[in-house]
Amino acid sequence: MKRSNFGSPWLPYVLVAPQVLVTIIFFLWPAGQALVQSVESQDAFGFSTHFVGLANFRELLADPRYLASFRTTVVFSAWVTISGLVISLVLAATANRVGKAKVFYQTLLIWPYAVPPAIAAVLWSFLFNPSLGVITYALARFGIVWNHAINPGQAMFLVVVASVWQQISYNFVFFSAGLQGIPKSLTEAAAIDGAGPLRRFFDVVMPLLSPTTFFLLVVNIVYAFFYTFPIIDAATGGGPVQATTTLVYKIFFEGFQSFDLGKSGAQSVVLMVIVIGLTVVQFRYIERKVQYG
Amino acid sequence: MIRRFLCLALTVAILTVGVPRPVKAAPIEIQFWHSMGSQLGIYLNDIVDKFNASQSDYKIVAVYKGTYDQSMAAGIAAYRAGDAPAILQVFEVGTATMIAAKQAVIPTWEVFQKSGVPLNESAFIPTIAGYYSAGTPPHLVSMPFNSSTSVMYYNKDAFQKAGLDPNKPPKTWDEVAADAAKLKASGMPCGFTTGWQGWIQLEQYSAWEGLPYATGNNGFDGLNTKLVFNGPMQVKHIALLQKMVKDGTFTYVGRKDEPTPKFYSGDCGMLMESSGSLGDVVKYSKFKYGEAMMPYDPIKGAPQNAIIGGASLWTLSGKSPEVYKGVAKFFNFLASPDIAGLWSGETGYLPITKFAYANLQLKGFYNTHPEIPIQQMLLHPPLPWTRGVRLGNMPQIRTVVDEELENVWSGKKSAKQALDDAVSRGNELLRSFQAANGG
Repeated sequence: MKRSNFGSPWLPYVLVAPQVLVTIIFFLWPAGQALVQSVESQDAFGFSTHFVGLANFRELLADPRYLASFRTTVVFSAWVTISGLVISLVLAATANRVGKAKVFYQTLLIWPYAVPPAIAAVLWSFLFNPSLGVITYALARFGIVWNHAINPGQAMFLVVVASVWQQISYNFVFFSAGLQGIPKSLTEAAAIDGAGPLRRFFDVVMPLLSPTTFFLLVVNIVYAFFYTFPIIDAATGGGPVQATTTLVYKIFFEGFQSFDLGKSGAQSVVLMVIVIGLTVVQFRYIERKVQYG
Repeated sequence: MIRRFLCLALTVAILTVGVPRPVKAAPIEIQFWHSMGSQLGIYLNDIVDKFNASQSDYKIVAVYKGTYDQSMAAGIAAYRAGDAPAILQVFEVGTATMIAAKQAVIPTWEVFQKSGVPLNESAFIPTIAGYYSAGTPPHLVSMPFNSSTSVMYYNKDAFQKAGLDPNKPPKTWDEVAADAAKLKASGMPCGFTTGWQGWIQLEQYSAWEGLPYATGNNGFDGLNTKLVFNGPMQVKHIALLQKMVKDGTFTYVGRKDEPTPKFYSGDCGMLMESSGSLGDVVKYSKFKYGEAMMPYDPIKGAPQNAIIGGASLWTLSGKSPEVYKGVAKFFNFLASPDIAGLWSGETGYLPITKFAYANLQLKGFYNTHPEIPIQQMLLHPPLPWTRGVRLGNMPQIRTVVDEELENVWSGKKSAKQALDDAVSRGNELLRSFQAANGG
């Protein structure tokens, strides 16, 4: 590594200060607050605050419905991450092969990312609305009754579709960029050696794409864990029963709709621990298999 | 250079001398955060403008802060940060939270009293004022503003087609079941549906039957309260609805307002929904519809009276007495027969005072608009346990009820089992609210 020379000893600190400040104000401080709240019982306005130790956590872990939301979260996140990555990779690979109008396809595929998540959820729940959804009517013609208000599988499908639809655009951008960074000579050499298109894709392109795939895997899991509550709130409200109540939706509901800050804080801490753990696992074990060219 | 200097000098001169100001002091600004979106927001702003134009001492600044839960969260966060509005609109399920926050709110009666503005509490509709009153003797703690109740809408054309009398909507739940079956037999995909199942099929149902929803007069007596909506009548009622789901005569399509389109699209023959849904029904129905009172199960004392939903206006503490004087004047303005009548007439919310109601009657408003919602409220003077449901952690309790009822509709649980489970889960939430609020 070359040591950069800034000319002044404090200039580098000044330059990173904004980022450090942002991290402290928007991450460390709220995370600290959540830690404090998780061991307290507090009314909505914060007038009476009692220290309750680990009571919030005990209550959570004794609640079968909270434990069930772990399972829901795993299922939901797996669907969102895997289908999001696979679909966008297929789209990126095919868009990359298109000769004409490549930019046109790429623009169309990136477009959904500009739609705010809550709007995306409303849009999809309109299409699948049990009362007047266009898709509901279409499905009814084939004898399929669509009612995600009462059918847990359909509700899960709906929130996964709405979440993935947006994330595909994001993944697509990165996969496209990654694909363009793969030297043509490598695939050509493989072709000359007699490898078919599929073989070339799996044995040459995929390994070279692994840094991108790994990055997207982390980002997508974090997305599914943290950023999907507006979609769930707008599409299903966590129902039917608790079929689409994920960990983050529960936090949002209990903190911001019910003002139960203690329980919401405890759940945030649990979620924080899970995601930190997941990220560590990803970087320690999965990253080893990643080839950074 | 000289030119630049001249420019600067001129700017300084204008800034120091200033444009001629009116001699009178600027009006005191009063922040009012609310959740009245789209058309309702336009009506509300119109009323606020009328108040601001009617006097020059105060200026109400109405700010739309999103849905009810969003504006409540924003109001609480702002209060904790020391930057709260003077007036905050809070939905009815947040009422217990606001009452428990004694230091954060100034009771409405006190706002009036300290400002020297007379408040005639007996002018309000009892079932509305009763919900927002606390203490012994009870006084208004928040200002009633937009209250709705639930009613039954039915498709007259479909009734005709099914061989039913379009001018005879079902009165009892047995008749609902029978009519729904006939509608279904006439080829309708869905006989009956309901929105807001927890509010309408349990809270309203209990009050309408004259039964308590929770001990301690539905939470009006304090935080030490237990849910009792798993009584034999409620179980019987939910079991009937479960049977209707099984027969295909009741179609469940969602927890909130999702069923309304199912009605106005002509799929469902009967709909129970908020009286505030009338606007949508009027706008989108391509058939003759009717509005009817909620059905009941014939037991002694039923039907009793309906209860309200909607929201009220809370006064938050920490402002100067001058501000509260303005708040009292604004509230007084809202309760005046003309303004309360105007608001009710435009929006379909219930008139909040008897004078506003009389005013609307005099003007012949009910010749063209349904009078049923207000009639349901005034059917009988409320019993101590039919003034509404005022429980802590109510948003969570509603969700628990939603979840357990969905277990009934999908056939996973019997009505009895689901209501018992909802009661025991809800009681835990009540205990944790009690603990958090030092009860």
